[in-house]
Amino acid sequence: MGVKEKPVTKEEMESWRIPIPGGAAIIAPVERVAQWARKNSLWSLTFGLSCCAIEMMSTAAPRYDLDRFGMIFRATPRQADVMIVAGWVSVKMAPYIKRLYDQMPEPKYVIAMGGCACAGGPYRDSITIVKGVDHFVPVDVYVYGCPPRPENLINGILKLQDKIAREHVLTRNGDRAPHREPIIIGENA
Amino acid sequence: MSVRVYTSSKSYRAGQFFGGLIVALIVIAIASLLPLLPWYKLNPVLDFIGMHPWLNAFLKAFVVVNFVALHVLFLIWLERKFAGWMQARLGPKHVGWQGLGQTLADAIKLFLKEDIVPAKADRQLFAIAPFLSFMPTLLTFMVLPFSAAWIAYDYDLGALFVVAVSTNVALGVLAAGWGANNKYSILGGARAVAQLLSYEIPMVMMILAVVTLSDTMSMKQIVLRQAHLWNIVAYWPVMIPAFLIFLTCALAELNRTPFDLPEAESELVSGFHTEYSGMRFAFFYLAEFANNFFSAGFAVTLFFGGWYGPILPPVVWFTLKTLILICVMMWIRWTLPRLRIDQVMGFCWKVLVPISLVVYCITALIALK
Ligand code: SF4
Repeated sequence: MGVKEKPVTKEEMESWRIPIPGGAAIIAPVERVAQWARKNSLWSLTFGLSCCAIEMMSTAAPRYDLDRFGMIFRATPRQADVMIVAGWVSVKMAPYIKRLYDQMPEPKYVIAMGGCACAGGPYRDSITIVKGVDHFVPVDVYVYGCPPRPENLINGILKLQDKIAREHVLTRNGDRAPHREPIIIGENA
Repeated sequence: MSVRVYTSSKSYRAGQFFGGLIVALIVIAIASLLPLLPWYKLNPVLDFIGMHPWLNAFLKAFVVVNFVALHVLFLIWLERKFAGWMQARLGPKHVGWQGLGQTLADAIKLFLKEDIVPAKADRQLFAIAPFLSFMPTLLTFMVLPFSAAWIAYDYDLGALFVVAVSTNVALGVLAAGWGANNKYSILGGARAVAQLLSYEIPMVMMILAVVTLSDTMSMKQIVLRQAHLWNIVAYWPVMIPAFLIFLTCALAELNRTPFDLPEAESELVSGFHTEYSGMRFAFFYLAEFANNFFSAGFAVTLFFGGWYGPILPPVVWFTLKTLILICVMMWIRWTLPRLRIDQVMGFCWKVLVPISLVVYCITALIALK
């Protein structure tokens, strides 16, 4: 599955506008429309695992307001597009997260939020914590920090939107090998 | 890193408010210019359509379906914006102008999403449920009078037709709950049906009260009786409680907070549409918001004089009143917390039904005079 590296430019958008008497019609390639729609309506799965979840909630709350980007939290995985894994994942919890991921319909994306979800974080030496969720689900964006500030998470979401705008429409994320195109958001990244 | 906090700036809010006001004024101005257009040039076309009943029916259905589908795009945006304002947020902002493209993006995305049918689901029921809950809504729009001329079908038994048809939503919801073969779905479906059927009784009582006062069941005639005084003003001692009961029942039938038990996230994942993804889920949403518009429009028809109002054309008045009522519903939705299921049923059978009976008896006495 090829990845379109070309982001939409202003000139390209202008070329879709076709003037007709009394206004203009917009004819755009289906692929571009699909990418635009997907990118702008990322519904996220409502679940939080630990301390990072508090920060995720505050990102959705009035001060930072994820709804500005069209992101709302849906309670059921069947209606979600993106899964924000916020917090550490214990070995016992991992199968359930994998199951939630499998229940999401394609196309689906994963954001690993916080040091724990990315690579184990402060619990890296513990035997009960999975060292990064990319061991069992393919991660699109890694947002580092302990916890990451809401600005960092928003930055990660915007990067994910950029990625979706470049992706082929028929990409199936469930089949994809992990680590293919890691996007890393963090203090030094 | 610092973030500009828009919500704290008063001038920004004022700008938003006046921007909205200007847009509303422009829409109204354009709508009031419409009657001045040379409609008479269309007469041969209209005559031709009038002579062919099948063509006529097809065109009316076409207009109604498109209206339902398109106004929902706007309503969902309004709901999210409204929720944002109620919670000191901005709501959708970056997709299109002021987020107006948001619902369009959502709709296209849902259309392109994978369509999952659970392995153990009852396939036929699962597939047909969204349409079962959408069709009654669509049918009710056929008798909604936007103005004396803008009514798809002026049925003599309009009010009865609405009551008979709109209850069938319960069928779709129950089919969705049963078909998905999921415990949360079936619980949500059962709750929805219990709630819908019990709140139907006081609602029908109040519709009956208005019908008794206006001596007719035709939606058009009900509005024509209110040419001089709205029902809610003319018979205020009975009509104000009647309207309040009607609004409560409408909220309960629409499954909106405080009565959104069928979809309560904290108890039943997402209620009866837990297993629905993509386009099928979009149909449920479509039905819900179209129903919302219809309930508000029905209340306007019954209590607020339908299309009557000064200066502006009738269609604009009707839409304006309906939108105001929808905003009241949203205001209630985003203010009140959710009730418990036993409270909801108890409230209906122990409070609303007796009150509605009393109100109806008084109305009958007034009508006798
Ligand atoms: S990264 Fe830090 S804040 Fe986040 S879950 Fe781990 S320990 Fe908690």
